[in-house]
Amino acid sequence: MSFPESSRATQGLVIDEQLIFERPPGACSGASLPEAGVPESDPAGEIPEEYLRGEIEGMPCLYEPEVVRHFVRLSQLNWSLDTGFYPLGSCTMKYNPKSSEAAARLPGFAHVHPLLAEEKTQGALELMWRLERALAEITGFEAVTLQPAAGAHGELTGMLIIRAAHVAKGKPRHKVLVPDSAHGTNPATSAFAGFSVVELKSGPHGYLEPETVAAAMDEDVAGIMLTNPNTLGIFESNIAKIAKIVHAKGGYVYGDGANLNALLGRARPGDLGVDVMHMNLHKTFATPHGGGGPGAGPVGVVKELEPFLPAPVVIKDGERYRLQFDRPQSIGRMRTFWGNFGVLVRAWAYIRELGPQGLKAVSDLAVLNANYVRALLEEAYHLPYETASLHEVVLSDKKQKEHGVTTMDIAKRLIDHGFHPPTIYFPLIVGGALMIEPTETESKANVEAFAAAMKSIAQEAKEAPEAVKAAPTRAYRERLDEVKAARKPVLRWKPLGEV
Amino acid sequence: MRYHPHSPEDIQAMLAAIGAPSVDALFDSIPHELQLDRPLDVPAALDERALLVHLEQLAARNACTPPFLGAGAYPHHVPSAVDQLLMRSELYTAYTPYQPEISQGTLQAIFEYQTYVCLLTGLEVANASMYDGATAAAEAALMAARLRPDRKAIAVSRALHPAYRAVIRTYLEPTGLEVREIAFGKDGRTDLDAARKAAEGAAGLIVGYPNYFGVVEPLRELSQVAHDAGALSIAATSEALAFGLLASPGALGADLAVGSLQSFGNPLNFGGPGLGFFAARESTLRQMPGRLVGETTDRKGRRGFVLTLATREQHIKRERATSNICSNHGLDALAATIHLSLLGKSGLHRLARLNYQRARYAREQLAAAGITALLSGPVFNEFTVAGDPATLQGKMSAAGIDGGYPLGRDYPELTGLLLCVTELHDKTSIDRLVAAVR
Repeated sequence: MSFPESSRATQGLVIDEQLIFERPPGACSGASLPEAGVPESDPAGEIPEEYLRGEIEGMPCLYEPEVVRHFVRLSQLNWSLDTGFYPLGSCTMKYNPKSSEAAARLPGFAHVHPLLAEEKTQGALELMWRLERALAEITGFEAVTLQPAAGAHGELTGMLIIRAAHVAKGKPRHKVLVPDSAHGTNPATSAFAGFSVVELKSGPHGYLEPETVAAAMDEDVAGIMLTNPNTLGIFESNIAKIAKIVHAKGGYVYGDGANLNALLGRARPGDLGVDVMHMNLHKTFATPHGGGGPGAGPVGVVKELEPFLPAPVVIKDGERYRLQFDRPQSIGRMRTFWGNFGVLVRAWAYIRELGPQGLKAVSDLAVLNANYVRALLEEAYHLPYETASLHEVVLSDKKQKEHGVTTMDIAKRLIDHGFHPPTIYFPLIVGGALMIEPTETESKANVEAFAAAMKSIAQEAKEAPEAVKAAPTRAYRERLDEVKAARKPVLRWKPLGEV
Repeated sequence: MRYHPHSPEDIQAMLAAIGAPSVDALFDSIPHELQLDRPLDVPAALDERALLVHLEQLAARNACTPPFLGAGAYPHHVPSAVDQLLMRSELYTAYTPYQPEISQGTLQAIFEYQTYVCLLTGLEVANASMYDGATAAAEAALMAARLRPDRKAIAVSRALHPAYRAVIRTYLEPTGLEVREIAFGKDGRTDLDAARKAAEGAAGLIVGYPNYFGVVEPLRELSQVAHDAGALSIAATSEALAFGLLASPGALGADLAVGSLQSFGNPLNFGGPGLGFFAARESTLRQMPGRLVGETTDRKGRRGFVLTLATREQHIKRERATSNICSNHGLDALAATIHLSLLGKSGLHRLARLNYQRARYAREQLAAAGITALLSGPVFNEFTVAGDPATLQGKMSAAGIDGGYPLGRDYPELTGLLLCVTELHDKTSIDRLVAAVR
C-alpha cells in the first residue's frame, strides 16, 4: 500500500499489552511502606469479624518496574495533543503549558488540605479570588463561582440558579428553550434541573432567528440555553434581540461557554445580554484534558443572580481571604469541596502568562486558523452554511457520499495520515458533520498539512473509495466493533473461574 | 508569545487566502456595538520565571505538612512513580477516547480502573469515574429513584458526610424527592430503628461506610433494613483505603457503592479535583450514570476497548439521559489505577492495616492522656475525641501541628474534634500530638 507525501504516520515498535491483571502473579508488591513503629494490634478485637477482610483476590502482585512499563506502554497506544494536531471541534485542544504543570505540583498547592483554618490557606484562597475576578472581567459578569468540576457541572449549577431565581420570585417556571444545534448536555442538564425542553430550530443561516424565540417564549419559560458562537462556529448575531425577548417575559439567558475561545478580548457574553454562563477552563484556559477530565466549569452571573451562587464563595475581607458559607438564597453545595483547585492553578498561570494582549491574540489566531482551514477545504468538502466562521468550521461528507464514503470513513482515514480526526456527526443539524477547530497554537504549516491530508482523502474517495472505507490500517487497532461491545457488555476483568 | 506560532508574514498570507482585509474583519459577524472596545483589565503578562515566582509566593502561604485531618480529603503518600507516569503527555494531553483505534492506552487504563473499583467494592460493574464522592452519592440517590419510580423519598443517615448530604439535597431539589435524615446513636452508628422508619417508602437508604465520624456502620443490618422496605442499600465511602481492611459493601448487601478514591494516587490539592467512584449490580447497569468502557474486538479479531452503552448518555439521549455528566475524572482515575497496581494484593492490605494501627495507637495514647472518644463505635483511621475544639486546636497550633475538624460546625450537639491518622504520621509525630493536647 502506498501513502501520499502528506502522510506522516509511522509505525514503530508497538507492544501488545496485556491487562495488568493478566500478568503472571509474582510474590511481589511495588509498595514501599514504613514499619508501623507502634505496638502491633489486631483489628479483630474492635471491628466485628464479618466486617473485616484480608487480601483481595484478583489484585495483581507486581514489582515497581513492571508496573511502570505497563503504563508507559499504555501511554504509547494513545494519540495526544503533544503527539500532534488534534482538531476536535468544540473541544479546543490547544497546547497545555508546561509551566502550569510545574505550578500545580508545588507542594504549597498540591498538598494543602481543604479544611485547614483559613490563615493556613491564604495563598490558595487568594489565587481563587483573583481567578474569579479575572474570569469575571474576561466574560463581563459580576460574580463567578469556581465550584463546578466540569462544563456539564457548570451547566447544572447555572440552571439551578435560574430555577432558584424564579422560585424566589414566587413563580417557579417549567420550560427551557434549547436550539437544535446545542450540545447534548444542554437538554440533559435542563431535564436534570427539573425543566422540560422546548427545541428551537436554527435559522437558514445557521443562527437563531428572533421570531423563533418570540414564538416559543411565554411566562412558563425559565430561560434559553445558547452557545455563542454556536456549534457551527457561527456567531449568534441576533443575541441582543433574543436576550431582549427572553428578558421581556421574565426569562433568563444561559450561555454555554464551550466556545469562549472565539471571543477573548473581542466580546464579553455579559455585555451581550447573557445572565449566567459556564466557562470550560480545560478548553479556553489551556488546562489539560487528562484523557477525559478533570476539567473545571466555573460559572459567571449578573448581579441579580449573585445571591443564588453555590455556597461557599471566596470573599476578600480587608486583607484577608475567606470562604463565606452563610448564603441564605444559595442553591446549596455542588460538590464536596471548593473547586478543582489543581485545574484552577493551571488556568490562573495561563491567564498570568498571557496578559490582556496575549488573551486577545488567542482568539485572533484561533479565528484566523479556522478561517484558513475553511478556505483551504471549502472546495473539496461541502460547506453547509456559508455564514462567516469564528473559531471552528463545520463541513460535511455530502460530496464524498456520492462515492459511498462517509464522515466515519474520512475520520478513520485521517488516522492513517497521522492526524486526529475532527469532531464527527455533530452538530446534529448537519448530516455527516465534520467539525474542525484548529485552535491558535497550530502553525500555518500544520493547518496546511492537515488540509492536504483532507484533500488527498477527498481525492481517494473518488478514485479508491474502498481504501478509505478500510481505514485505519496503520493504527494500533483497526476499526473496533462497537455493536458487539454494547450487545454483551464486558466491563471488567474477572479472576479465572469467576463467572 | 511562545505558544503562538504565527509570524506577521504568515498572518498576511493566510488573510489573503481567506480573502479578508484584516484580522479585525474576521470578527465582523459580531455586531459592532457588541464588540469590546478596550483591552481586558487583567494583569500584565509575565515571563516564565516571573510567573513561577508569583505562584511560589502564593504557594508559600499555604500549610502543606500532613495534617491530622481527613473529613473527606485524606493525606497519603503518593509514590513517585505515580506522578512520573501522570506526566506522560500521551496520557494527560489526550482528550476523551472518542477514536478508540488511537486511544487504547486511555481505554485500557479505564477498563482496569473499573475492574479495581469492582474488586474494592465487591460489586459487579463500575463506571469510568465521576467528579467526587459527594456528586457520586447524589447520582446514586437519583439512580435509586429511577429504579424505584413509585417511591418519593430518599433516606440518608445523618452520620453521612455533611457535604455529601448537602450535595444530595442540591441535586434532589428539582425532583421533588423528600430527603429523610436518620439519627445516629452515642456510638456514632446509624440508629437501626430510625433507619427502619425512614426506609419505609423510600427508594434508597444511604449510609457512610465508614461514616463521617470514621465509624464502621453495621452495613449488613442496614442493607437488610433497606431491602425489607423495598429500598436500595447505598454505601458511600470517602476513605476508600478502608476497603483494604474492611469487608466490601457488596458482600454486606449494598446495591450501590459510591464515594471518593482520592486516597489512591491523588494528593489533597485543596480538595479538588476529586475522584468519585460508582459501582452497582449488573442488573441495574442500564440505569447507571456516567461513561463506561467495554471490551470488544477489531476487524482482525484482536482485543480492544471502546466507550460503550452510550445510549444512556446525554450526547445520544439528550433530555432522557441518565445524567448530564459528559466526562470523567480520567487522570485522577489513572492515578488511582497506578497506585493500586503498585500496592498490589499484599501492599493494599498492609497499607490499610498500617493506617488502622497508627490511628489506634493515637486513640489509645490520647485516651491515656484523658482525651477520649466522643462516639464509641469501631473505627478505621479516623475518629472523634471529646473536648472543646478551640482549646484542643489552640494547643495543637501552638506546637506547630495542623489537624482536627470541629464537629460542632455540622453537628451542634457534638463538642469535639474529628481527627485522622495515616501512614504519613509516624510514632514521633503522634507522640507530639498527644503531648501538645494533653
